[in-house]
Amino acid sequence: MKNSLLLDAGGGGRASQRLIAERFFRHFANPLLERMDDAALLADLRPPLAMSTDAYTVTPLFFPGGSIGTLAVHGTVNDVAMLGARPRYLSCAFVLEEGLDMELLDRVAADMGKAAREAGVLLVTGDTKVVPRGACDKMFITTTGLGSVFAEPTPSGHNARPGDAVLLSGSVGDHGLTILGARENLSFLSDVASDSAPLNRMTAAVIERAGDVHVLRDPTRGGLASTLNEIAEQSGVSIILDEERIPVHEAVKSGCSFLGLDPLYLANEGKCVCILPEERAEAALAAMRNFPCGAEAARIGRVTAAEKRPRVALNTRIGGSRFLSMPEGAPLPRIC
Amino acid sequence: MFDETAFRDPRLCRGLLDRLRRALDGEGRSMRFMEVCGTHTVAIFQSGLSSMLPENVAHISGPGCPVCVTHDAEIALMLNLAGRENLILATFGDLLRVPGPEGTSLKHAKAAGASVEIVYSPLEALTLAEKNPAAVVVFPGIGFETTAPTVAATVLTARQKKLDNFCVLCLHKLVPPALRALLDDDTSAQIDAFLLPGHVSTVIGLEPYAFLARDYHMPAVVGGFEPADILLALSLMAEQLRDHAPAVCNAYPRAVNDAGNPRARALTDMVFRPCDALWRGLGAIPESGLALAPEYADMDAAKRFNLALEQHPEPKGCRCGDVLKGRASPPQCPLFGKKCTPAAPVGPCMVSTEGSCAAWHNYMET
Repeated sequence: MKNSLLLDAGGGGRASQRLIAERFFRHFANPLLERMDDAALLADLRPPLAMSTDAYTVTPLFFPGGSIGTLAVHGTVNDVAMLGARPRYLSCAFVLEEGLDMELLDRVAADMGKAAREAGVLLVTGDTKVVPRGACDKMFITTTGLGSVFAEPTPSGHNARPGDAVLLSGSVGDHGLTILGARENLSFLSDVASDSAPLNRMTAAVIERAGDVHVLRDPTRGGLASTLNEIAEQSGVSIILDEERIPVHEAVKSGCSFLGLDPLYLANEGKCVCILPEERAEAALAAMRNFPCGAEAARIGRVTAAEKRPRVALNTRIGGSRFLSMPEGAPLPRIC
Repeated sequence: MFDETAFRDPRLCRGLLDRLRRALDGEGRSMRFMEVCGTHTVAIFQSGLSSMLPENVAHISGPGCPVCVTHDAEIALMLNLAGRENLILATFGDLLRVPGPEGTSLKHAKAAGASVEIVYSPLEALTLAEKNPAAVVVFPGIGFETTAPTVAATVLTARQKKLDNFCVLCLHKLVPPALRALLDDDTSAQIDAFLLPGHVSTVIGLEPYAFLARDYHMPAVVGGFEPADILLALSLMAEQLRDHAPAVCNAYPRAVNDAGNPRARALTDMVFRPCDALWRGLGAIPESGLALAPEYADMDAAKRFNLALEQHPEPKGCRCGDVLKGRASPPQCPLFGKKCTPAAPVGPCMVSTEGSCAAWHNYMET
């Protein structure tokens, strides 16, 4: 019989201790965590600080290019990095379903440990709860990240200015389509993989080399179109994009065209939008392209003054134009 | 395989736009065409084509989005089934948000505890039935001639496997009878030409549309979904109008065979029989739907659960019917963008991403 998680493991007794020691310490190893105090003591963070939290749930737990474990680290690390900060510490809370295959938990914890080491962050405190079978779908993970802000000025969605260049660190749509394909076993999507990656080293390089970064945002759920709409609204500007400059992988293009989806609305987990003064755009692009996650970085558009109200417009490949609106719910594939 | 990107080539598109302009050149010439298919509606907006068409060309979106033409009363049947003990409703995802008569949708039913499962093909519904022998799995068969053959194949497989816990709520609709009904309806918009649906035509071919040119003197061209495909189809229509030589023709030969797909039609013919059907906005249209043939009646969910379509009042103020007839453009509806948005759709044209209201809302300045 496979090794399954028992409710005991969430009870706070020896079973809990064993779970934590055997499944988590092994992969997250660091002195701050191993002190096992009620909280982690962080002595070396200089203000101002950036803090972000995110809850992760994904079906399936493992997919081409990543897992719930890589997402739980990359997602939170990236959110902290988008404020012009260096993410340093993560907390993590697990909600686990009774009967969970321990081997799965082990693989997820291993992915988290590896992702944290790659991103240069420490998992310093955590919590584990086990809920009865059916009360959650295998596992939910919540992580919170903390880091010191070093960018001056601090990038924010409110800071886009007319005349700024809009840069994108790479292709869009890969993650969203991969999850859909893995969840629904769509065999024709075998060529796509999630872009799950830590962006903090790349964003630090961009800030150091180009400076004066007005906006940094990672276009996760809702995709590039939603993120740009949020920025346009927050900054009270319009954004004009050139469709042919937006990198989209061929496999994503054809998969989307088959399912009636728009890659600009699909989630990404390893991309960022960077908006900064035009004259700094080339330096920022060069900095991005030094990293594998930024190899396909491109200038995709520019910021203009809002006419009637803030909008995001797209100059299409064939020379037409249209608006990119805010999506409502999650994108659904069409019937025929 | 064709390189689809070639059909997005800006130079090719400019050339075809010129050809369209030349065909319409002359005193008072104009063309109002209806794109029947929702995928065309989206393609026209998404590619930016709608911003590039000559001023004397107007496009109106027709009744070719399967979700949009699903009637309130039909949604009411699904809601009636959802939530019954030991019943799993296995449906395509985009039906989930379509509001029924009281504004509630399958999404609400699902949240209230009904077993509603999203599937991507009817065969998945069959797998669900095999995995859940104690439950009855109902698959709402919606869609046009394109989806009917797969549902037919599923019914045949269910019979072969002797599965008695799978059935179909058969709501399939047929495109050509709806086009005839539109043209016979005095309240429909004036239409000069039809852009015929690429997907449906892969199955039915050109013959079922012959009446458009013969009886109504209407150019009707099957088009693909890339901008150059659409522009080629529009140029052909405009040239036929100029030459007073309306015809039904195929401008999408890389996907559509003039004779359609006889094997797919054979499957449909084996399992289904034409029947009268209720269309949102258009009402009852004779012989415009498909019902299960008598030998498969045991898999008919309506018979099995003794369901009948009931009339319900249309949502107040909703003009989806007029939009589907081309009589109103979406912003002319008093609910558009106010009470009716993609977040809280009142009418079905706002629900489906391929509905004309949703397309207007998403791609046009409003």
